[in-house]
Amino acid sequence: MSEQTIEIPRRESSILRAIKSVALLRESAVGMVGLAIVLFWVLVALFADLLAPFPPNATIMPLVMPGTEAPDGGMFLLGTDHIGRDILSRIMHGARQVLIYGPLATVCAYSVGIPMGLAAGYVGGLTDEVLSFIANVILSFPVLVLYVIIIATIGASAVNIVIAVTFASAPGIMRIVRGLVLDLRSREYVFAAQTRGEPPWRIMAVEILPNARGPLIVDACLRLGYVIITIGVLGFLGLGLPPPDPDWGGMINETRQMAMAFPHMALFPCLAISSLVLGFNLLADGLREVSLRD
Amino acid sequence: MVLTMLVVSLLLFLLLEISPGNVATKVLGPYSSEEQRNLWLEAHGYFDPIYERYFRWLGNFVIGDFGDSIRFKVPVGEVLWPRLANTGILALATLGVVVPVSLILGVLAGMREGSTLDRTISVSSIVTTSVPEFASAVLLSAVFVFLLDILPGTSGMSEGFDLKQLILPVMVLAVYDFGYVTRMTRASMAEVMLTHYIRTAVLKGLPYKTVIARHALRNALITPFTVIMLQINWLLSGVIVVEYYFAYKGFGALLLEASLNSDIFVIEACAMVAVFVAVATQTIADVGYTYLNPRIRFS
Repeated sequence: MSEQTIEIPRRESSILRAIKSVALLRESAVGMVGLAIVLFWVLVALFADLLAPFPPNATIMPLVMPGTEAPDGGMFLLGTDHIGRDILSRIMHGARQVLIYGPLATVCAYSVGIPMGLAAGYVGGLTDEVLSFIANVILSFPVLVLYVIIIATIGASAVNIVIAVTFASAPGIMRIVRGLVLDLRSREYVFAAQTRGEPPWRIMAVEILPNARGPLIVDACLRLGYVIITIGVLGFLGLGLPPPDPDWGGMINETRQMAMAFPHMALFPCLAISSLVLGFNLLADGLREVSLRD
Repeated sequence: MVLTMLVVSLLLFLLLEISPGNVATKVLGPYSSEEQRNLWLEAHGYFDPIYERYFRWLGNFVIGDFGDSIRFKVPVGEVLWPRLANTGILALATLGVVVPVSLILGVLAGMREGSTLDRTISVSSIVTTSVPEFASAVLLSAVFVFLLDILPGTSGMSEGFDLKQLILPVMVLAVYDFGYVTRMTRASMAEVMLTHYIRTAVLKGLPYKTVIARHALRNALITPFTVIMLQINWLLSGVIVVEYYFAYKGFGALLLEASLNSDIFVIEACAMVAVFVAVATQTIADVGYTYLNPRIRFS
């Protein structure tokens, strides 16, 4: 018996579609600049071990200005800090910390915020009211006040920063998702799925969520920028990742006392964090521009 | 609003005072004996059931009795109110800069969407919001204190009020905050410029200036009002960073110090004040929005 084949029009693979949407971004100059900045820092973080001229925590020569030669023949391109660690190497390794904990905290916040938003928007009723009220209460705190209280109570560590960011950002994400779900819930494909008798969780995860991804991706980029600022601010306030591992905010805090005499020690970490956040913000702006176009 | 404040107070209370043992250790120090702690707890009614403690605590809060600061050894109010006044000055000065600048820039950008001026203003507002406050504090002090040497690098105000010491903190806060308000004003203005009544006004031959001043501005400025009120919430965050950096004796620095020293009654008071300000401005924003927008007012 010969095999019968039915031609099913194949959907493009998701990888191909992802590449196509990146190609769309080419139309936005602002977005491309942002993408370039972000990619630059990702590469720096990935290859920090190879790129950094010195070990990040090695004390070599204190208070050296940018461009001075090191005793063993190398060069302190960005100078050294108050206890003699090479600033360039610390910035490169610091990029790793920021690009690990920033996305990690953002992903955690989304994995709490998205289910909350889906439940509030799709189920509605009492669920919605309770979740929205909780979100309102948390959002009524000025963000940094919330972070300072949480970190001061549970202590400063990488895990606790992730917890604090999740706690403080999930309500905002929930609100956005809820708004999107309220809009999408009355579409035909959702009714179709309901008629097929699909369970609510499946409708939320398979029908609604993928269609809400556009605004969420833009929001994620913006939020990633804010989370990076937050990690920096906490480091700067002395509530961040514990020393001696390099952390941009912490580097600024440790050296700012001497910034009047040696401004380079605090200046370069500032430029690093600002450029990375700028990268994410420009990328978000570009994505929004492109997504509005079609 | 009242309900939100109540829940916030309950959260704070649970977070900081759930375990009486911890409270006693913080108040009496780590070297106090078990007996001393128990005596203190007894005297302050910490052995009562938790709901009774909460309501007593809340009652005291409402009449302004926040307890004594562990670090300063005086009632919290005595430390808090002067600090709050200082922060008020800082915040008002910042808003005094941010509001006019961002409204003017936002309107100019939104008036002709897509023009060179619009692109310039939009991109520069993204750039300034990307620079965190602590970074712009370092950058601006490097320029104005280190390079030009025209402004003081700290704002302790130890010899009374000094306007010169206020400039840098205000500048840092304003640079960070103006971007968002500008973008929102721009978006609102751009939207209004596309409406039918503006097209009608242009088509009936009104001068461009009149169209903008009489028809566009009124409608375009409703959103920024709300945004500015909500921005106060962000300002309260920024204040912590700026006051810490410039050693300005304000409420944000107090909250930070209290948190680092586990001065719990000060933390509670500061957090409640911060949330109160935030919730109050949100309520004003809601009410103001309804009042300003005739479409909502008359419907």
